[in-house]
Amino acid sequence: MDETLMDQPLLQVRDLAKNYGARIGCASVSFDLFPGEVMGIVGESGSGKSTLLNCMAGHVSPDAGKVLFSTRADGLVDTVTMAEAERRMLARTDWAFVHQHARDGLRMNVSAGGNIGERLMAVGARHYGDIRDQATDWLSRVEIQGNRIDDRPSAFSGGMQQRLQIARNLVTQPRLVFMDEPTGGLDVSVQARLLDLLRGLVREFGLSAIIVTHDLAVVRLLADRLMVMKDGHVVESGLTDQVLDDPQHAYTQLLVSSVLQV
Amino acid sequence: MSDYNFAYLDEQTKRMIRRAILKGLAIPGYQVPFASREMPMPYGWGTGGVQVSAATLTPEDTLKVIDQGADDTTNAVSIRKFFENTAGIVTTEETTKASVIQTRHRIPETDLNEDQILVYQVPIPEPLRFLEPRETETRKMHSLQEYGLMHVKLYEDISQHGAIATSYAYPVKVAGRYVMDPSPIPKFDNPKLTMAAIQLFGAGREQRIYALPPYTEVVSLDFDDYPFEASKAAHTCDLCGAEHSYLDEVILDDEGNRMFVCSDTDFCAKRQSAGHKGRLAGEVA
Amino acid sequence: MIELINVSKSFTLHNQGSAVIPVMEHANLKVAAGECVGLIGASGAGKSTLMRLIYGNYLAAAGQIEIGTVDVAQAAPREILTLRRDTLGYVSQFLRVVPRVATLDVVAEPLLALGVAVDEAQARAAELLTKLNIPERLWGLSPTTFSGGEQQRVNIARGFAHTYPALLLDEPTASLDAENRATVLSLIIDAKSRGAAIIGIFHDEAARNAVCDRFVDVSDFTPSRVA
Repeated sequence: MDETLMDQPLLQVRDLAKNYGARIGCASVSFDLFPGEVMGIVGESGSGKSTLLNCMAGHVSPDAGKVLFSTRADGLVDTVTMAEAERRMLARTDWAFVHQHARDGLRMNVSAGGNIGERLMAVGARHYGDIRDQATDWLSRVEIQGNRIDDRPSAFSGGMQQRLQIARNLVTQPRLVFMDEPTGGLDVSVQARLLDLLRGLVREFGLSAIIVTHDLAVVRLLADRLMVMKDGHVVESGLTDQVLDDPQHAYTQLLVSSVLQV
Repeated sequence: MSDYNFAYLDEQTKRMIRRAILKGLAIPGYQVPFASREMPMPYGWGTGGVQVSAATLTPEDTLKVIDQGADDTTNAVSIRKFFENTAGIVTTEETTKASVIQTRHRIPETDLNEDQILVYQVPIPEPLRFLEPRETETRKMHSLQEYGLMHVKLYEDISQHGAIATSYAYPVKVAGRYVMDPSPIPKFDNPKLTMAAIQLFGAGREQRIYALPPYTEVVSLDFDDYPFEASKAAHTCDLCGAEHSYLDEVILDDEGNRMFVCSDTDFCAKRQSAGHKGRLAGEVA
Repeated sequence: MIELINVSKSFTLHNQGSAVIPVMEHANLKVAAGECVGLIGASGAGKSTLMRLIYGNYLAAAGQIEIGTVDVAQAAPREILTLRRDTLGYVSQFLRVVPRVATLDVVAEPLLALGVAVDEAQARAAELLTKLNIPERLWGLSPTTFSGGEQQRVNIARGFAHTYPALLLDEPTASLDAENRATVLSLIIDAKSRGAAIIGIFHDEAARNAVCDRFVDVSDFTPSRVA
């Protein structure tokens, strides 16, 4: 990637806020995300981390604030105010969203190959052979055997479904991936494999990623930076290992000290 | 029958339907919602087409009704009778003599002209329904021209059958804009969708009308390496010998003997009376 | 290369009555390129704390921690990440890796992060693992299943994969036998001779004397009012 581009933030979030009636979803969240950076957002259930993620990804429209994304064509654009058609196009090309439950992110009645090919076809791929080759390539990248290409995701294990969801999302080589508890609900051994896969893909493609999770072990292994949320507010942020090993805020100290040691 | 308003529907309803038709013609391929009425026949028997025909017919019109190519099947006969009774109009089985043709599952073999209107009965107007059941989402996909999903369906066909196995209701893109379900016509008929006549599509249960103005560009979706083919059975008509008409397969006996005949009965009869003969001409009644 | 000016550190335990525990004050330290400085002082005097402050793992309360041109005490997370990737290596006492990743890949990872080609990175990793007597049959396995000594050597191989201009070594020779200790010491001496600035904690006095140019007693930085 171009060195000058690496110095510009890929995503700039400014004073993002969302309320649900009188209840705060998230409030005055601001940060920059640079190319190749992985940021974790941690906090307990109801802390606003999923609301924040959904606001950034355009699934929920925020009440205030900006989500500026450095587009390939037009430079920095506020994705909150951009036309829906453009935002949806962005969501199919330069952005990706990995859901906690694979069935929310996959078409369960479409084969694995079709699931991976959809984004390619959505941006105009019209050569079956090429689409299939890319699907095969991505299956192997996520460690699914090529001969499963015509099987439906319902025939896959939970870990495989999650890996298929990742392949489906990354096939258009997005620059920013949003992940909502990507390892939630998976066996520990399956989690480890998925984490390793994600780390490799992040490095290989220079992906930027925002990962929402309540699992501190996951962010320690995946995230460069960490944001800790409580009651809709960011209470602490910084280098992942610094936040986890030398937490400054009372809530973070509580969170870190509450993790069971194996 | 003076007990009915002309063509069964009241004038306000016909005006409402005509407005939907005009909007449909103005935006080719776009599904216009309309307030479908209860008709004296079950859904699935052509209530959408009948309402469009009723709003289209004038007392001077000549109506032809086709059911899977044939004029003499129950559906065709009863709809023809319906308009004879409620509109008192002339009906015909000859494609060339009709000014309005209501059809189910076929386009006539004979080319239509600019003075004719072809009305289709449509069961499911939404081509994206198969993969995206949410109506809110499919509408958004149409409005934003997000049609990648349509190719996913074709992809699935090829991956499962080695070829695009969709043989009827084959999706098309209209005037470079809307993806449209051409109703369950065989894909053999798809190339005919660009024609001189006005084409109107009515879906009664789903309450949608859409339309193709004359000579609208209609392209069947495909892949570069799996191009669209307007396929038919590799036979000639056993009655009239036609080589390029769409054929029905008819099983003759328990020994597995079968014959292929034109699905368009009017076309076949015209050819036979003009002296064309097929393999079994004269042998089968 | 590495310079600490008036660095202090305290911990505030918000959930234990907001107790403030000062652990370091007026820490001053300077390490030139090609120099190895040994940290000494009683257990608990703050040797590892100082290392963690330099690495950016602990947040300094005051002072400057200059590494090259970056002040770790003030730098943005991004700058520290770049520093760790390019300039500052750290061999800790504990191996912390993603489970189920092969040893060879664990060792090659710092090079891959720098954009070195996979073949080249793995070749370098293989060379180091061989040098450190990790049998080749173990390279394909995850080091999480290895013995303490083996894990330590994998950790060292990983720390020396890239030729960092600055290195922090926290007990690199603990739990190693004589032969492997000698190998590690030669790696350290090689790093020095190519100009790396090194700060180390060595329990073993012989090892310490073999590589360190001078010593700094961290007890000097212990706050006077600590109970």
